Amino acid sequence: ASGAYPKRVKVVEVGPRDGLQNEKNVVPTPVKINLINMLSETGLPVIEATSFVSPKWVPQMADHTEVMQGINKLPGISYPVLTPNLKGFQAAVAAGAKEVSIFGAASELFTKKNINCSIEESLERFDEVMRAAREASIPVRGYVSCVLGCPYEGKISAAKVAEVSKKMYSMGCYEISLGDTIGVGTPGSMKEMLAVVMKEVPVGALAVHCHDTYGQALANILVALQMGVSVVDASVAGLGGCPYAQGASGNVATEDLVYMLNGLGIHTGVDLQKLMDTGTFICNALNRRTNSKVSQASCRL
Amino acid sequence: QEPQASGLPEYIKIVEVGPRDGLQNEKVIVPTDIKIELINQLSKTGLSAIEVTSFVSSKWVPQMADHKEVMRGIERHPGVQYPVLTPNLQGFQSAIAAGATEVSVFGAASETFSKMNINCSIEESIEKFEEVTKSARNMNIPVRGYVSCALGCPYEGNIVPEKVAEVSKRLYSMGCYEISLGDTIGVGTPGSMKKMLEAVMKEIPLSALAVHCHDTYGQALANILTAIQV
Repeated sequence: ASGAYPKRVKVVEVGPRDGLQNEKNVVPTPVKINLINMLSETGLPVIEATSFVSPKWVPQMADHTEVMQGINKLPGISYPVLTPNLKGFQAAVAAGAKEVSIFGAASELFTKKNINCSIEESLERFDEVMRAAREASIPVRGYVSCVLGCPYEGKISAAKVAEVSKKMYSMGCYEISLGDTIGVGTPGSMKEMLAVVMKEVPVGALAVHCHDTYGQALANILVALQMGVSVVDASVAGLGGCPYAQGASGNVATEDLVYMLNGLGIHTGVDLQKLMDTGTFICNALNRRTNSKVSQASCRL
Repeated sequence: QEPQASGLPEYIKIVEVGPRDGLQNEKVIVPTDIKIELINQLSKTGLSAIEVTSFVSSKWVPQMADHKEVMRGIERHPGVQYPVLTPNLQGFQSAIAAGATEVSVFGAASETFSKMNINCSIEESIEKFEEVTKSARNMNIPVRGYVSCALGCPYEGNIVPEKVAEVSKRLYSMGCYEISLGDTIGVGTPGSMKKMLEAVMKEIPLSALAVHCHDTYGQALANILTAIQV
C-alpha cells in the first residue's frame, strides 16, 4: 500500500466552477474573471472556468459566455468548461472553449435527482457531446459523482463506479475524475474503489476529486497517490460548501493539497504563495473565511 | 498490533488529550465541574486513555490550576487510564497525593523551544524528568514521554530526525513506556513524518511509539495515516 509516490501531480483547479457554483452569493463577472486570471499566474496547469448550463438551473454560472471570453488564456494552461448537453457544448465552443467536461454518476437516484434521468439516458446525452467534440478535436473530461457514497442511495458498489467510468472512457473521455461527492470516503473505501476501477480504466487516465466534508480528503488523496493516481482536483480556499450538508465543508483546499505535495517532494509547478494570495482575494470578494488550513495558519504568523 | 492483509494494524489505541492539551490552549477558563463532566463523558465513549490535567504551577498555566479538584472529582472507570502531566518531582508528588496512577513528562527536540517553553535546556529538562521517572519506578507508576517539535519548531524551523531520535531514546531509556512524537505546530507532511519515524524506529520499538499530530496546516490525518502505514 505505501509504495512510491508519483514524481509529478497535475492539480486541476475547480474553484471558479465547482467552488463558486456552491457559494450562496452570486459573484460578479469581473470578480470571476479576476479570480481565473490570478489562478493562471500560480502555475496551475488546468483551471475549470465555468459551466454552460441553463442559468435557470445554475444562476451562478449565467455569465458563462462573458467569463469565457473575458479571461486571459495563458499558453500551456487548459480552461475546461462543463457542458451537460449538445446545446451547452455548442455555446461553449462558440465562446472559445477548447476543452469540455461531462458529468456522470455512479448512482441512479443521484442522477435522477440531479439531472432528471437515468444513468443510461445521461450517457446517451453525452454521446452527442462526444461525437461533436471528436469532430471538433475538443478533448472531453468525464466526471463520475458519488464514487464513495451517495446522499440518497448511501453505499455505492465499486463495480458500479468501474462500470460507469469504463463507459465514459470508452466513449472517448481522455480522463475520468472520480468524485467523492459528499466526502464520506475514507482511505479504506478509496483504496477498494480504485482497485476495482483500475481494472477497467488505466490509472494514468484517472483523477480523484475529494470533498473534505468529513475531514478525510487529504488522507484519501494520499491513498490514491499511493495507488498510482497522479491527477487531483482541488478548489482554491476550499471554495464551495457541500450542498447536501448544511455548514459542512466541500472541496479540498488547493493550498492544503499543494502543501502536502510539496512536503512529499512531488512536483506540481504551483506557487503556493501566489495561490494563497488568490484565495485571500476571492474570500474577501465573497466576504467569507477561507476553508484552507494552510491559509489560516499563515495568517497567524 | 498484528498487521491485517491491508498492512494496517487491527487495533489503534487512541489517547484523548482534550481535557489537558485541548483545554490548556483554550482562551476561556473552564469551570472545574465542566472539566469533570467532560472527562466523565469521555470515560463512557470507550476511550482507553484520557489525559486529565497537568500538575504545573497555576502561575504558568492558569487553566490547569484546579488539577487536584479535577483529579479527585472524576469518575475512574475500570480499564481506563487517566495520566496527568508532571513537569518535575514536585508536580509528581502532588499528582500522586491527588490519586494519579500514571504520569507524563514533556521533552522537546528543539533547544530553543525547550528554553522558551520550560526555561531550561533539553539536558536540564532530562535531568528533571529523571527525578520523576526514578520516583515513579519506585511506586510502580508508568510514565509516558512526549517529544515536542518532532517535525518542526516555531523558533528553529526545521528539526533533524536524528535529534528527535536522540531525545526519544533518552526518555525511553530512563523508563518511559511510550513516547508520543508531537508535530507541535502541525507543519509536518507525510514525507517528513515517514523520515522522522524511520530515524526514531532505529532507537525505539515501534510498539512504544505514538504520534501527536496538530492539524494547523490540515495535514494531521494524512500524517497519521502515514504513521499507521509504517
